Amino acid sequence: MRTRRLVSLLPLLVVAILIGFFIVGLTKDPRELPTVLLDRPVPDFSLPGLPGRDPALTDPAAIQGEVVLVNFFGSWCVACLQEHAMLKRIQAEGLVPLHGIAFKDQPEDTLRWLGRHGDPYDAVGYDTTNRIAIEFGITGAPETFVIDKDGVIRHKHVGPISEEAWTNTLRPLIEDLQKG
Amino acid sequence: MRRGRPEPAMRAGPAGRKQGRRRGAGLAAALLVGALMLGAGGPAAAVQPDEMLDDPALEQRAREISRDLRCVVCQNESIDESNADMARDMRILVRDRLLEGDSNQDVKQYLVDRYGDYVLLKPPFKPTTYVLWFGPALILLGGVAAAYGFYRHRATQAAAPPPLSADEQARLNALLDDDPAGGRSDDHKPGGAA
Repeated sequence: MRTRRLVSLLPLLVVAILIGFFIVGLTKDPRELPTVLLDRPVPDFSLPGLPGRDPALTDPAAIQGEVVLVNFFGSWCVACLQEHAMLKRIQAEGLVPLHGIAFKDQPEDTLRWLGRHGDPYDAVGYDTTNRIAIEFGITGAPETFVIDKDGVIRHKHVGPISEEAWTNTLRPLIEDLQKG
Repeated sequence: MRRGRPEPAMRAGPAGRKQGRRRGAGLAAALLVGALMLGAGGPAAAVQPDEMLDDPALEQRAREISRDLRCVVCQNESIDESNADMARDMRILVRDRLLEGDSNQDVKQYLVDRYGDYVLLKPPFKPTTYVLWFGPALILLGGVAAAYGFYRHRATQAAAPPPLSADEQARLNALLDDDPAGGRSDDHKPGGAA
């Protein structure tokens, strides 16, 4: 009799487990893929700068020695425009250098876009072939990397940086890394 | 101009340039790729003629590799099927790696190093994916065991109940003797009234 009662509870248990999976699964953003590059050195890259705009983000050596943000963007990217105001605020705050890599874009388009909406970046490099974006495991724009003093990737933010993400995740992490 | 919606206009720029060439060559490409793929199965979907390698053997390998790689933007298509820009760039990368002499495995590993196992449409066989590989079989086995238990249980129930032990018989007799009219009296009443 007791085993029968236990057996009759089994479907309930299965449903409970399934609901558990759904609760976890549905709150996750499917676009947010785990990055394998976490805690690994920045991939090697060599980029041209935007013509007539200094400084240029040409290679990893240019960002060595301090905690930096590297933001992948493009003039074609709607979400980047949405993120733009936040980037300008981050730049104004002056906590951390903010570098940009424009990808899948033409330099003149990028320059026009920066001219029109404002330029929140310190150094900018551009990647016409998308090859560097693949080196960084980019799946779309915008994506932002937090890179520490030793040139190791410590965090990747997918999508526009929200106010919340900045105050709750990125800023504390950056301040932490700057201390270390 | 077009201050309000700069993005679609810009996006049309680079894509539009390729459009004419693509459209014109589309049918020819479909026929050519179709001919190449004859017997190999699977529709030739997204590979553009300007991406293809001159060496048919290498191109064939590129197609094979591409079919196993996930388009990271669209998530449920291989880069061979996907029309996404990102998939195109990855197809070109696959071909460039092949030209540099990479083996099929090298090319896949190159992308796994950057995107993780996620980029492989077929998950690799390793401890973290055992649940994935064995899970369905285990669930099936569990179901079979449950069904077996259920039917066996039912079979034993359907069979005649075992005879009462002497002890039980004595208790039964005592109960019947104690209560000659009550207990089952309802059964008797209609009979008595009739």
